[in-house]
Amino acid sequence: MLKQIGAITAINIKSIPERWASSLVIVVGLAGVVAVFTALLAMRAGFESTLKASGQPDEAMVMRGGSDSEINSAFDRDSSDLIEQAPGIRVGADGKRLASAEMMVIAELARKDDVKNGANITLRGVQPAAFALRPQFKIVEGRSFTPGLRELIVGRSVLRQFQGAEPGKRVRMRGSDWTVVGIFETGDAYESELWADLNVARTTFSRSGSSSVLVALDGADGLDKLKKALGADPRVSVDVIRQQDYFSGQTKQFRQTIGVLAGVVTAIMALGAIFAALNSMYAAVATRSKEIATLRAIGFGGLPVLVSVMIESLLLALVGGLIGALIAILLFNNLSVATLGQSFTQVVFNFQVTPVLVVRGLVISIVIGMIGGLLPAIRAARLPVVDSLRAA
Amino acid sequence: MTRSGFVIANLFRKKTRTILTVLSVIMAFLLFGLLQALSHVFSAGADFVGATRLVTQARVSFTQPLPLSMQPKLEAIPGVARVTNSQWFGGVWQTNTPLFVFAVDAPTYHDVYPEWVMPEEQWKEFARTRTAMVAGKMVADQYGWKVGQKIPISSNIYPQKDGSKAWAFDLVGIYDGKDEAWKKQTTQVFINHEYFDEANQFGKGRTNFFVLELAAGANPEAISKTIDTMFENSPDETKTQTEKEFNLSFVKQFGDIGLIVRWILFAVFFTLLLVVGNTMAQSVRERVPELAVLKTLGYSDGSVLGFVLAEAVALCLIGGLVGLGIATLLGGLVEKATGGQFQLPVDGFVWSIGLATIILMSLAVGLLPALRAQRLKIVDALARR
Repeated sequence: MLKQIGAITAINIKSIPERWASSLVIVVGLAGVVAVFTALLAMRAGFESTLKASGQPDEAMVMRGGSDSEINSAFDRDSSDLIEQAPGIRVGADGKRLASAEMMVIAELARKDDVKNGANITLRGVQPAAFALRPQFKIVEGRSFTPGLRELIVGRSVLRQFQGAEPGKRVRMRGSDWTVVGIFETGDAYESELWADLNVARTTFSRSGSSSVLVALDGADGLDKLKKALGADPRVSVDVIRQQDYFSGQTKQFRQTIGVLAGVVTAIMALGAIFAALNSMYAAVATRSKEIATLRAIGFGGLPVLVSVMIESLLLALVGGLIGALIAILLFNNLSVATLGQSFTQVVFNFQVTPVLVVRGLVISIVIGMIGGLLPAIRAARLPVVDSLRAA
Repeated sequence: MTRSGFVIANLFRKKTRTILTVLSVIMAFLLFGLLQALSHVFSAGADFVGATRLVTQARVSFTQPLPLSMQPKLEAIPGVARVTNSQWFGGVWQTNTPLFVFAVDAPTYHDVYPEWVMPEEQWKEFARTRTAMVAGKMVADQYGWKVGQKIPISSNIYPQKDGSKAWAFDLVGIYDGKDEAWKKQTTQVFINHEYFDEANQFGKGRTNFFVLELAAGANPEAISKTIDTMFENSPDETKTQTEKEFNLSFVKQFGDIGLIVRWILFAVFFTLLLVVGNTMAQSVRERVPELAVLKTLGYSDGSVLGFVLAEAVALCLIGGLVGLGIATLLGGLVEKATGGQFQLPVDGFVWSIGLATIILMSLAVGLLPALRAQRLKIVDALARR
């Protein structure tokens, strides 16, 4: 039996080059499905991992109660001072509490590919502790801003997508010029931001407070202590969220949107590909009906014929899937794009074609190949031997 | 047998093949319709405005408020007919559903936006009642709001004086759009800026946008420039755009989604071209002797070409129309299911692009096999050479 299957399959596969056109339909169809599926989910994976990387598990964001996102939150100065003194906050190497009151304002920069329309960029005013709170932060060009001066540092991702914030350039906001003095890297969502000294930002934007306070948690029960203390204080009404949870909450909507888009598009394309595969495999069986009948006449069973058609269909589908995955990797892996984040500012991220996505794409192609091959395979196995030999 | 009958009969000589091919064309055009609608949504919100309005926002970003004291200065500029203002409230319905709530200056807002239709008495009521709100028909229908109810809406930005972010407003009217296009945009809720300004905890006398209605014949570009120059180097520098540019800049911020959609469309069409093209080529290959017989009977080369081409057109046309039809239905369903919050209009625009694509497609897939059929030499074909 196995020998028969092997023999027929070998004949089938060797004859593919002679009818390459219809085989190509399966390969290209599947390549399209897998490429689109992988690319869409790679976009989601990239966005997710950029935001996930932004959150440390041992740090917490303190925002005004019910704010959902940093841009909606605001504290006056007294509240932020109060929060910084709350229990549960770790003390840094320099003996100071690791807490940074930060102000988020939206600035506009022009996209590189579209000079006319500005895009919202986060400008973050930070306190000195901000750097220690983000261990991944490093200056890669120039220097950091000098406290008290209107100087900015710019995230590397910002420079990939937007213009006008290159080192040495002046950025104009609220009737004042800011000089860009350096580029920083964090490898996460903060890299889509401009940073400046908090106090300078406060005076420029005539605000006295801040948007949020980022703190390092002291030990495992730090979060609970901090929550309890601030919850009991009638002078403030705040939400305390582990930083990691904050950022994963920010991706929810995007994850869902892309998930639905990928699902719908892949499903429709997959149906199309199944019809195309059925078509090609029926054609393949039809052109070889005489040959199959001959095999049956000299003693080959129906099952080996069925299996051989299935194998051919699966093989073509798998090749298509691999090509699709390859296209996704070549065209999309590490492609840098920007979209609106939850705070209504741009988040720059890279597509990530992960091994898991590639495997899922290949599974899809195998499933489609199986469905597309099954009916034609059954027809092949049931071909009436005598009629087929007589025909043509 | 008529010529068209002949074409149809040929289509059904291999039923399975024809049906499967049409099905794949249907799938392709279903996706085409939906994606075109999606990408249209991403770019079209922009087309949908009168060009006679300008929007003035803070230059840094519209999230920076501008002082209301700017309004008289704007009104005084020649060519500006009326000015109104609008402030983003950060509205939230129940626990987590965002609402488009704007605090507006009731009387002037009505004047500047005549596209929103509501009985005059209700507009007056809106201006008169401090705690009033008016809601668009779509949003009111979705949440089942009735005129006369007190609607609780929280803000995720502005607390009231007592620190509570739970606000409540009296629904005094439900507006609709003046025509089909505007009826589909009635998702906004308006509250009184005067009341909001008094009751909220911080930021007095400020707003996010000024909307300017221009006098007939005024030059929008010149006026934008005048405004922005006027406030240059002040703490409140402005950026003034036409309403269209303003909407466009919102849409553009979603960035590269349009690009992704174009990539998908490209992938879909490349695949489709191959599938249908291959089917056509195959069916011509199988019928070489028949075509030769036709020619022997006296059919000209041109009419044989016509037969083959007509088959391709028929395949693409049936598949394309059905696919676009399903897309239209699905788009409508999506709109209904989300209460109009998410619109996927497979409209005349999408259909016209779709029809053009169907024609191009049938030529692309039909032309090569058709030419082959046209050039057949009778002797060779009959001899199966």
